[in-house]
Amino acid sequence: MRWGVLQFPGSCDERDALAACARTGAEGRLVWHEERDLEGIDAVVVPGGFSYGDYLRAGAIARFSPAMEAVSEFAAAGGPVLGICNGFQVLCEAGLLPGALLLNESMRFTCRQLELIEENPDRFHSPEGHKPISFSTLSIPAKHGEGRFWAPEEVLDELEARGQVAYRYAPGQNPNGSARDIAGVRNEGGNVVGLMPHPEHAVDPLTGSTDGLRVFEAVAAAGVAA
Amino acid sequence: MPRARVLIRPKEGILDPQGKAVERALPALGFEGIEHVHVGRMVELDVEDPARLGELCEKLLANPLIEDYEIEQLDGAA
Repeated sequence: MRWGVLQFPGSCDERDALAACARTGAEGRLVWHEERDLEGIDAVVVPGGFSYGDYLRAGAIARFSPAMEAVSEFAAAGGPVLGICNGFQVLCEAGLLPGALLLNESMRFTCRQLELIEENPDRFHSPEGHKPISFSTLSIPAKHGEGRFWAPEEVLDELEARGQVAYRYAPGQNPNGSARDIAGVRNEGGNVVGLMPHPEHAVDPLTGSTDGLRVFEAVAAAGVAA
Repeated sequence: MPRARVLIRPKEGILDPQGKAVERALPALGFEGIEHVHVGRMVELDVEDPARLGELCEKLLANPLIEDYEIEQLDGAA
């Protein structure tokens, strides 16, 4: 198992993501945005930060990078992809995930530890080796200014019906005004997952929670099952 | 090369916190009777083939899911 963590000009959480990958017991390496080849990589992380300065719209320019072209092909072939924060925005802009991330309702950058509810419908469990973790609660920090998940009402209904809501903010903890408290979504195949909170910052007991590791493990398992 | 201006704004019905913040600031400055403030962006560019501007807006300048755009040809061209 080998992770690839994309690195754009303006990424800032790629090294924490790489450290988190290492804690899942797998290897990993950084993939510079100009690389077009994901040879030898089994799972991809699109990390947080401010790719290309977030000019125009968060994630709008990163989606045209050679590395993202490679990620689109990788995802289409069923490869597991995890987008965190800016990475989630990039995946939405690239059309790999539904919806969009808008300015926080409060107009303020939010930075705090919060509770996430993980929703793992049965069809996204791997046949073996990964324990079902339906509706468990994870303690993970969030830090973003543009994290308000939005999609048209009919798309939200479809996402819920198909089990594509991957993470929700626990009641009363929605930090940005996201529709239906949605913190993260997955694609129809379940191999592409994006969320605004930062699981890579919750992997060491020293900082209070190791729940973030489960996010990485769930994505890796979804890829194995695909 | 023909010059064009693209105006991009949040779609009707999508909460626009920037517009709301501006709107809330106005009464304190003595500006009464102003509502429905929306903040968008403007892109000006020179373009060889203005027929391709729509495609450019759909793919990059705007996110059609959440934003509307208007293309305005400058230089008095149609």
